[in-house]
Amino acid sequence: MIRTLVPATLFAVLVVFFWTGLNLNPSEIPSPLIGKPAPSFDLPQLRNPGARLTERDLAGEISLLNVWATWCAGCRLEHDFLVQLSRTGEVSIYGLNYKDNRADAIAWLDGLGDPYRASAFDEEGRVSIDWGVYGAPETFLVDAGGVVRYKHIGPLDEEIWRTKLLPRIRLMRGDGG
Amino acid sequence: MRVLLAVMLFAAATAAIAIDDSEALADPVLQERYVRLANELRCLVCQNQSIADSTADLAADLRQQVREMLLNGATDREILDYMVDRYGDFVRYRPDFNPRTYALWIGPFLLLAVGLAIIAALLRRYTRMPVDGAPD
Repeated sequence: MIRTLVPATLFAVLVVFFWTGLNLNPSEIPSPLIGKPAPSFDLPQLRNPGARLTERDLAGEISLLNVWATWCAGCRLEHDFLVQLSRTGEVSIYGLNYKDNRADAIAWLDGLGDPYRASAFDEEGRVSIDWGVYGAPETFLVDAGGVVRYKHIGPLDEEIWRTKLLPRIRLMRGDGG
Repeated sequence: MRVLLAVMLFAAATAAIAIDDSEALADPVLQERYVRLANELRCLVCQNQSIADSTADLAADLRQQVREMLLNGATDREILDYMVDRYGDFVRYRPDFNPRTYALWIGPFLLLAVGLAIIAALLRRYTRMPVDGAPD
């Protein structure tokens, strides 16, 4: 009995271990910010250098903070979806422009559409370090109380929106489905 | 001998590739701590390199952050905590021993113990077996 049970159990444990382990994407590092207040920042706005964007601007309603740059290929991939999403008015989207050139970034938004309420201009990438950004595009879901609830690494698309972000937003709004 | 020579040549070759082109900190004690910390912290973009080894933009930014914190009198502990707060335990090659990393630290010893127990059980059974031809 034990002679078959022990190896079988060990094998089952290994299968579960590898099944979950190999299904994880090693480039997605869980963010320690989830469940914590959004890191504070105070940056000039991209289009209007005289005005500031701070983490307080995000609070009060559920919002997305999307980290993007014109040099980032994944950001180009997700941009059309972001523009489309911003038109639905489902959630307000703010941008964190990461280590970019201001003129290039404004030209990109003028040419491709601007999904952002406003974009913060993080030229040196300091604020992005505070947010634990390691590769754009990254998107943070911040609740009305200013707490980070979810982070998506990589380009956003319809499917990720439908399966990862929208269910969380609905849960936060309390309408379940 | 030839193998040793080859190993030494390879070791020398890696040492010659200096990624970090920033000027050494004036204080040799700080510089020593800086080098140690930069080798302790993982580059998040190219995950199998430390920020000391990586040419990634982010690694350069994080090295700069470490240097500034050192110059401002931060302790090693404060600098490591700063990085872990932002990037998680994963940013350290030797994370703290805490509930999130118990499996990481204890797991290998647990597996070793299981393996040894299995070998011990097998050995015991085999030694009890009669040797071929000899009466029990």
